[in-house]
Amino acid sequence: MNRRQAAGICSRILVLASATIVIAILAFIICEVVGRGAGSLTWQLISTTPSYLNGTIGILPDIANTIYLLLFSLVLALPIGVISAIYLTEYAHPGKIESCIEFAIETLSGIPSIIYGLVGMLVFCQLFNFKTSLAAGACTLAIMNIPTVIRTVQESLKTVPQSYREGALALGSGKGHTIWTVVLPNAIDGIMSGCILSAGRVTSESAALLFTAGFAHSLVPLSEALSSPGASLSVALYVYAKEQGEFGVAFAIAIMLLIITFLINLAAMMIAKAKKKQI
Amino acid sequence: MKQEPIIRCRKLSLWYSKTQALKDITIDFYPNSVNALIGPSGCGKSTFIKTLNRLNDLISEVRTEGEVFYRNTEIRDPGLDVTDLRKEIGMVFQKPNPFPMSIYDNIAYGPRTHGIRNRSELDDIVENALKSAALWDETSDRLRKSAMGLSGGQQQRLCIARAIAVQPQVLLMDEPTSALDPISTAKIEELLSVLKEKFTIIIVTHNMQQAMRSSDTTSFFLLGELVESGNTEQVFSHPHDKRTEDYITGRFG
Repeated sequence: MNRRQAAGICSRILVLASATIVIAILAFIICEVVGRGAGSLTWQLISTTPSYLNGTIGILPDIANTIYLLLFSLVLALPIGVISAIYLTEYAHPGKIESCIEFAIETLSGIPSIIYGLVGMLVFCQLFNFKTSLAAGACTLAIMNIPTVIRTVQESLKTVPQSYREGALALGSGKGHTIWTVVLPNAIDGIMSGCILSAGRVTSESAALLFTAGFAHSLVPLSEALSSPGASLSVALYVYAKEQGEFGVAFAIAIMLLIITFLINLAAMMIAKAKKKQI
Repeated sequence: MKQEPIIRCRKLSLWYSKTQALKDITIDFYPNSVNALIGPSGCGKSTFIKTLNRLNDLISEVRTEGEVFYRNTEIRDPGLDVTDLRKEIGMVFQKPNPFPMSIYDNIAYGPRTHGIRNRSELDDIVENALKSAALWDETSDRLRKSAMGLSGGQQQRLCIARAIAVQPQVLLMDEPTSALDPISTAKIEELLSVLKEKFTIIIVTHNMQQAMRSSDTTSFFLLGELVESGNTEQVFSHPHDKRTEDYITGRFG
């Protein structure tokens, strides 16, 4: 056996080994979570609110809170993110200011989420007097997600051929009209994937919410949600595991979160596939 | 034909930051004629026609000097509404660039942009534009299908129809057949002779035969200068300038 063959076999073994490790870790996590949580994941758990009188635990309020947070934070983050991305790619002239903004976005997306939580508490809960509420939590999450949305939308705006813009402008279309009618419809996949990435972060985030949205487990209707405090699923997981020692419930929530993550990734993949088919 | 020129250009110069791309271009274009611009790559032909519809505005650090008039409008006027100008001076690009929408919506894009919403009016515009571009017979039964499904030559005629639908006075064409096969090219050349009854056409081409076959006047550009301009037959048979002769007989370029 010569050297080149030996190198080939070695690299093959390395590749196989790392692939096996990755799959094994995933399989272990899924087995562990499902094994410990499946027993507690009952219909009663996901369809009721917790009651101290009966001593029962229900995570329906936490599911509702997660949905509220998703809704509110996306409503805030998407328009701001998309409009910023449009400004940066279509209007801003390359220069000092533009590169400053780009740098700020880059840095923002690397800041640990607990810091967003801390600043969110100071600014939204105290300065803006939102108190500990889903509104404060959603605002904090929105700010956390804006850089991600900007990045993905920018990438997708850049893939819209320049010839579309030229074609529209040459027909006498204004710049704004061109962006609205020709550029944005062709960047819709980027907007969707920005949406999905943000949704993923919102459901998985706990640190940024601990200080801002609180730990309440009471079920509130959508109309009152903004002003009420509430725990999302991830926060509830932390609370049940750490403060009440209910590990069965914590793992049951973990199963729910795994399913949500899986669904979100599936949606992202399907959108990417649909886009490819179009081309 | 002693008409007023529709486009009148006096001592037009253009710089991309420090590089001068056009030098003192003085030329007139008359209504209802096909005007070919020839010359080697990078000689400023495309730059010149993009000055006429201000598409050079898209590039930062472009500076121009001189006068360019469309009828009585100074095209270089910074206060000019470019959307009005581009409504009068349409453009067809080198690579067919239909929008990824239906054939109907492509043609209706311009008219809709300029405020026409009436359904039957749009139907008429679309039909007439497609007929003018000799595309109606091939597409009348699939107007709602995506324009991306058309062949390259059909796409380019669609782009011509799209430009016509706005009812411009002048049609700029930037090497409109260089990405097409010979039959599609022939169709578009044939179209030129019909279109000039309604429009003034300024066409950039690398193809000598195309200029000879389909144009009334020919202008030869070299390194940003307009070397020679005149009646096509005269330019090709008795060029005044040695450089023009060298180029059209294939000695360089």
